[in-house]
Parts: sequence; C-alpha cells; structure tokens
Amino acid sequence: MKIVLALPLRPFPAALLTALVLMLPALMLPSAGRAAGFEELVARLPEGSYSDRAEVIEAIARTGDPRAAEVLGALLEGSLHVRKADGRVVIIEKTDAGTVAFDALTGEALGAVAGRSTEKIKVNNRLRGMLRSAIGALSLMSPDRETRLMAAQSVFASGDPANIEALDAALSAESDREVATALAEARAVAILNTDAPVEEKRAAVAILRARGDAAAQAALAPHASDPAIGNEVTAALAEIERVRQMWGVAQNVWYGLSLGSVLMLAAIGLAITFGVMGVINMAHGELVMLGAYTTFAVQEAIRGAAPWLFDWSLLIAAPLAVLVAGGVGIAIERGIVRHLYGRPLETLLATWGVSLILQQAVRTIFGPNNREVGNPSWMSGSLEIGQMTVTWSRLWILIFALCVFAALLLVLRRSFFGLQMRAVTQNRPMAAEMGIDTGRIDALTFGLGAGIAGLAGVALSQIDNVSPNLGQSYIVDSFMVVVFGGAGNLWGAFAGAFGLGIVNKFLEPWTGAVLGKILVLVFIILFIQKRPRGLFALRGRAVEA
Amino acid sequence: MDRRSFLKTGAAASAMLAAPALVRAQGAGPIKVGVLHSLSGTMAISETTLKDVMLMLIEEQNRNGGLLGRELQPVVVDPASDWPLFAEKARELIEKDQVAAVFGCWTSVSRKSVLPVFKELNNLLFYPVQYEGEESERNVFYTGAAPNQQAIPAVDYLMSEDGGSVERWVLAGTDYVYPRTTNKILEAYLKSKGVAAEDIMINYTPFGHSDWQTIVSDIKAFGSAGKKTAVVSTINGDANVPFYKELANQGISAEDIPVVAFSVGEEELAGLDTSPLVGHLAAWNYFMSVDTPENADFIAKWHAFIGDESRVTNDPMEAHYIGFNMWVKAVEKAGTTDPDAVIDAIIGVSVPNLTGGCSTMMPNHHITKPVLVGEIQEDGQFDVVWETPGLVVGDAWSDYLPDSAKLIADWRAPMSCGNFNVELGRCGGGA
Repeated sequence: MKIVLALPLRPFPAALLTALVLMLPALMLPSAGRAAGFEELVARLPEGSYSDRAEVIEAIARTGDPRAAEVLGALLEGSLHVRKADGRVVIIEKTDAGTVAFDALTGEALGAVAGRSTEKIKVNNRLRGMLRSAIGALSLMSPDRETRLMAAQSVFASGDPANIEALDAALSAESDREVATALAEARAVAILNTDAPVEEKRAAVAILRARGDAAAQAALAPHASDPAIGNEVTAALAEIERVRQMWGVAQNVWYGLSLGSVLMLAAIGLAITFGVMGVINMAHGELVMLGAYTTFAVQEAIRGAAPWLFDWSLLIAAPLAVLVAGGVGIAIERGIVRHLYGRPLETLLATWGVSLILQQAVRTIFGPNNREVGNPSWMSGSLEIGQMTVTWSRLWILIFALCVFAALLLVLRRSFFGLQMRAVTQNRPMAAEMGIDTGRIDALTFGLGAGIAGLAGVALSQIDNVSPNLGQSYIVDSFMVVVFGGAGNLWGAFAGAFGLGIVNKFLEPWTGAVLGKILVLVFIILFIQKRPRGLFALRGRAVEA
Repeated sequence: MDRRSFLKTGAAASAMLAAPALVRAQGAGPIKVGVLHSLSGTMAISETTLKDVMLMLIEEQNRNGGLLGRELQPVVVDPASDWPLFAEKARELIEKDQVAAVFGCWTSVSRKSVLPVFKELNNLLFYPVQYEGEESERNVFYTGAAPNQQAIPAVDYLMSEDGGSVERWVLAGTDYVYPRTTNKILEAYLKSKGVAAEDIMINYTPFGHSDWQTIVSDIKAFGSAGKKTAVVSTINGDANVPFYKELANQGISAEDIPVVAFSVGEEELAGLDTSPLVGHLAAWNYFMSVDTPENADFIAKWHAFIGDESRVTNDPMEAHYIGFNMWVKAVEKAGTTDPDAVIDAIIGVSVPNLTGGCSTMMPNHHITKPVLVGEIQEDGQFDVVWETPGLVVGDAWSDYLPDSAKLIADWRAPMSCGNFNVELGRCGGGA
C-alpha cells in the first residue's frame, strides 16, 4: 500500500529518470556495453531474471575487457558468487584448506568464506550456451592451441554473426591447419546468418558441405528455404545425408560388435558351467553382480586411501573379482550343485534360490540403491572415426572381451588343468580311472566359470547400473547366447554373441528396441527347432547323458 | 497436563486395562497404519526409502500425542516387487491387521493390482508417486503428480525462451502404461501447440534397457535438423543410468539437447557421476534443494531418523508427508478412523507442503501442488530454474485426450463418481 501511495508523490523528473535508467539496458542494447562500464555490468550480474542476466552477459562480452573471459568462465563453472553481506561479486575457489574468495574485478584475495555467506549466481542451459559462445569469441586468440580449437567450436555452435569480425582477425593470425579449418567453418555458419552477398554464402555452404557431419547439417538445415542459396543447401544436405547413411552401416556394425562383446562377456562363464558341465546355473547373473560390486568396493577403498590410483582401479579389481566370484562359485558347487548332478530341474531351482539369497545379501550389505562406479579417465568420452562415434568404454570392453576369450581358450587347450577338465567332461569314468580327482576338477571348472562371470562384472560396471538387480538383466541373454551358439563350445558362444549383437542392432533402428528384442527371441526359437544343438555341435557330458 | 497428554495417558491406561479383552474396531488400542512398499526385488531401490519415511512420520505423530488420543502403530509388509503379492499383502493388512489406512505402492501395475481389494474391503490407499492419470477411485488418494502437474508444465518451460524455445521433441520412454499414456497426452498437447508430426519422435525401450548406443545416435541425428531439440524422458528406474552415461559419452550436452525427465530424482542420481549431466532437467513438485524452513526441518528430521547425513530426500517422500498429514487431519476432523467418514472429511483438507505453500485435497482425490523444473548440478542436487506461479490442481482425466476430456471426477455427494461423463450426463465413463 505504502509504495503505491509514495510513487505519485515523488518529483516527476526523478521518477522519469529512474524509469529511463531501468529501461536503459533493454532500450539501448548495442551501446549499453560501452555506456555501462565493465565493473558496473559485473555488479549487475546477480540481479533480475535469467533474461536480464542474458543481456548483461552479452554486454560484458561486448566490452572486450581483458577480465571478461575470466569472469564469464567463472560464471559458467558456477564459481562466481555474490557475497550476501555487501553484494560484492566474488570468485570462489575450493582449496584443501577450505573455500576462499577473490574479488571478481580486482582479483584481490578476500580470505576464507563460510559456506553460507555467499550465494552462487545461477545460470541455466540458455545462459550456458551464450557463455560458451561469448568465452569462445574472447579466447579465439589464446596462445593455447586446444583452447583456440574449443573456442572455434563454441563459436560454431552459436552461429552468431556478431563474431565474424573476431573470426576474421583470428583466421588471419592462425597458423595451425586444424584450428584454421574450425575457424573457417565457424565463420561460414555466421555468414549464413547475415545478408552477405550470394557468392560469399555459396562459399560458406561449400565449406559446411565439406565438413559434412551432424553439426553441419544442423547449421545448414534452416537455410534450405532461402531463395538465393536454397538449391545449394538442399544439394549439400542430400550429400551429407548420403554419406551419413553409409557411415550409418559402419556405425551399426560397431554397435553390434559392442553389444556382442557385452553378451559374450556375460555368457562366456555360462558357456563353461552350462555348456561344458551341463549345470543350469541360475545364479550366474549374481556372480556377474558380485564382480561389479567388487569393483565398487575397490574404488571406494582407492578413493579413501590412494586417489592417484583411481585410473588403475579396474586392473586392481579384475583379479579380485575373479577371486570373489570364483570363490563363491566353488562354494556353490561344493555346497549344493555337486549333490544334484544329473537332476537338472532340482539344480535349476536350487541355483535360483541361491541367486535370490545373493541378491538380498548384497541388498542388505550395500543397500538397495545403485552404487556409483566411476569411469577411469581412459574409459571416458569418445573417439570420432569419420562420422562414427566410438565410445572409449565400449572399445575397451570389446578388447577386454576378446582378451578374456583368448585367455580362456589357451587355458582349456594348452594348460594341464584344461586337459584334465576336458578329460572329465568327455569321459568321466575313464578320467577317474586315470587318477584324476574328478570332484576337484568339477569344483575348479565351476569356479573358473564363476570367476569369468566376475570379470564380466568388472567390465559391465562401466556401462550399466551397479545394483542388486544387475545380474537379472543378463541371465536370459546369457542363456540365449549359449543355447544359440551351441552348448559346450566356446567358439559357439563367440559366434552366438556377436551374431545376435549385430542382428539386434540392425533390427533396432527399424523395429524399435522392444520389437527388435522379440524378433531376436522368435528367431532363436525357430533356429533351435531346426538345429536343437545350436550353431556348433554339442560335445561333453550332456551327450553321454 | 494438557488435554492431549491427558487423553494419551487415559488411552494408554484404558489400553492396559483392555489388553486381555478382545480388540474392538473402535477400541482404545493403537490405530494401525499399513505400509505397503517393496523391500526386496527390483522396486526396493525406490520403495525402501518410502517405508522409512512413513515410520518417521508415524513416530513423530506418536511423540506429539498420537491420533485421537491413541497411539499409531505401523504395520510394515513386504510385497517384494511382485504385483499379485501386492494384492495379497493389502488384503492381509486390512483383514488380519485391521489397519485404518494404507500408504503404499509405486508402480501403476501394483496400484491396479490392489485396487479391487481396497474397493471390496472399503479401506484407504494413499498413493505417493507421479502417475499417468486417467483414474479416480473412491478409496484411493493420489498425492503424487498427475500429468498436468508434471509433464505439461515441463514442456511449457522448454517451449519458453528461458527453456531454449524447443521446437523438436523426442518422447523417449520405457514400454509400459505410464510412459505410453503420458506420451499420448504430450503428443496431443504438442500438436495442439502447433508442433508438426515430423517434429515429434517417439521411442520405447524394454525395462532395464542398457544398450543405448543406437537410440542416442538416433536422437543425435534427429536433433541435427536445425531446430532446437529436447528429449522428454519417461524412462523408468535403472535404465536411466546407462542412458545418461551414453549421452555423456557421445558428447551430447544439455546445451545441445536437454533431457527433461519425470522419473529421475535425487535418489536416482545418487548412483551416478553427475558432472557430465549438469543442465539436464527434471520436473517435480519438490526438490531437496528448495530453500524453505519446512523443508530444512524435514531434512533435519530425516537425517536424524535415518542416522546418515548423506541420505537425500525426494518428491515421493514429500507426497507421503502431505498424504499422511492430510489423513491425520481428516481423522481428527471426522473424529473416527472409519473409512467412509474419512473419505467424506478429507476433501478440502489443506496441509503445508515442503515448498512453502499449502496443498489441498480436491474432490477428485488428487491434490494441489506447485510444479518445479530443476537443472541437475554437479553435487547431484537440482537447482530450481522455473516454477509455476501458483499451485496446480491435479487433473484425473486429461483434457488433451478426446475420450477423457469429457470425464470429470467428484467424490462429494451427490455426484460421488470418479468418471462422470459430462456429455452423456451420467456416471460410468465413455460407455
């Protein structure tokens, strides 16, 4: 009430002036940057809505002040705060000793700050995009090559014609070829958004056509209806699309191989316990889960004791996972399975019970929630091969799967244990006659299968949830692979996994993931009707039985 | 001695006297409250927390003198993520334990499975999870969000300038009833806003889908048509983690293609390295980061109860907080725990929520809530970037589906109907 009454009482010119000042940033945007000094603009950052902040950011970028990049960078990273006591804009830095603040304008150290005495200046997605483009434009001349490349890419993404001047300047000074290309591409996008002459726009379209990826497509698409260059743009888009279709096939093969490697890792342990020994082990998935939880436990220990070892955590976890899962596997075999040989139905029920016990045990110890297993730096991000995105984690998992397969083949073919194992599975009475302790070999074989499941868990922890339910999602797929590939033959599991992976990934784009999965199942059922023993013929104990 | 504690002592004394005698329905013994949440199986990940929050609320109510001078006694059962078992356990709670009300269920399937039991035995169910709507039952109170309290405001935000003026939409979901219905509503809504059919891509995946490579690269391709693109995700539970990991690995950031999720909250992010996810969005009616005295108090109590400072709070927990307080208030108003009396008394009951307002039970058994859109931060919390100016009334029947637009729900006499057809002028849905 008070405010409403007070306003008309104010001297008229003062009120008008206040209104004008308030409207200034909106009315005179182009000149606002120069009119309002850098200091004043920074002080205005914490105020108002996101839209107000967007205007201030644009104005700050336009001042060209040498401190702008740092302030905007801090805003982007969320380290630009405002001190609650006096409204001073500060940059927060977290050190081992605690949180310290620096004045955003002068860089003056303001000492330690308590957690609640400053407030973060918030940004949203739109502002983040603007900030990246503004910082990019400001750091195009940076001495660091990587920074310049990143800057060129953010300017490309914004496509803002205001940057053309800066790009021209940067281009004339650039000596690195890759950065120069990126700058030219960024310039081309910006040119398309101006009223530049047709010739210049045509050149820009040609540059983007040469780049030929999804980002170029996105930059070109809005200009397809431009009367002057529409034809060129349409032709360029068609060309990009054609090339992308071709890469799409390669991409699908890669996805298929990657899915195949995951399937193989999950199934290969089962190929031993089910395929070679003929034991239907429903707890196989839980052994995979134990491997994943071992990785989690190792990473927790490393985080607490030796953080510099983090990149090695998977290599440390791998042998431990084999021991944990293998040990549990041997316990299952000695405790339960060996009493049930030759009674598949009872084995199935008993091991299913074991799987529930293991799940609930893990749930009780680690809690029902997902656990965070970090990716080591060499497994994060992706690699661009032409138009293909190959994620590092998937690539390493494929390599890892192949190594595990090769190692397993070697053990079975070349080692003494492998020889004994094959002897027992091919002819148990004869093997026993020859002095082989068949009970011990059974336990070790089961343990080997379980240990490999544990190894799979280490790899799968990188791409899937680590939760007590982890194993359930893999058990059906694993049996599918082993049955399709042919029980008793490792090469069967190999061919089965990669075959199913690739078929699945080629079906998925057309049928969707749900129908794709159903079709694969139907295919396997039909296939098993025709060849009940899978791709590769059956050998081992099941034949005798 | 104030009246409450006098009553309590009196009740306790008479309870002791009456102990050997048969427990009468309205006797002086404790009032039993059923808690029907999975503590094992796949849904334990989400539901265990809700069981804990119910125990906390009941404990606190008892410390404040119980209800109607009687002690509240929680009865916890474990339906083990098994839908038919939900119905069995619900029957056990009502028939054997004689509970006055049940707080429980998470998935829509489990709710549908217990519905006939609650109708037959005439008891109360408080359902705390956001769901697809298209339902209003006399015995159920929906304290989670209906689609108009979550999905539609989220889409409105993305269409606004602050949200990035999104023009192209990917509706990605897990293949079951909640995403299918929500996406049907959203598709109709988007089309009513002038979005062309070719600018909408709908994708469904099986439960627990873990290989997102193809879908993420499809989304990437769909987003390269030169129009701002966003993903509206109704992907359920565990499948979210590999989905977000794949997005990050393929280099899709929230600035390129933001993902707004309706099933990802603080609890789900707890299992995830959130630094590559900063800026992706979620729409809820509550975030742990909301800065109100009520919320600070609730979080402090939760940490004290659970004995772990690192535990988070989330939206369904707030829904139970609201639902429980509404039930308490309605029982006090009715002076009895008799379900029929409570069903009549609870409509119009208004209790404080944790975001600084008051939620009211509406005649359609849904409640009023604010809608918040939050961006994921590096610490696994959400920063609220947008909220509805006022409270939104939960709409049982969506206005954007032609068949349900003509239905209304009003459980007050004389209508007393959950699917009144305003065109035909009678109760009973579209038939």
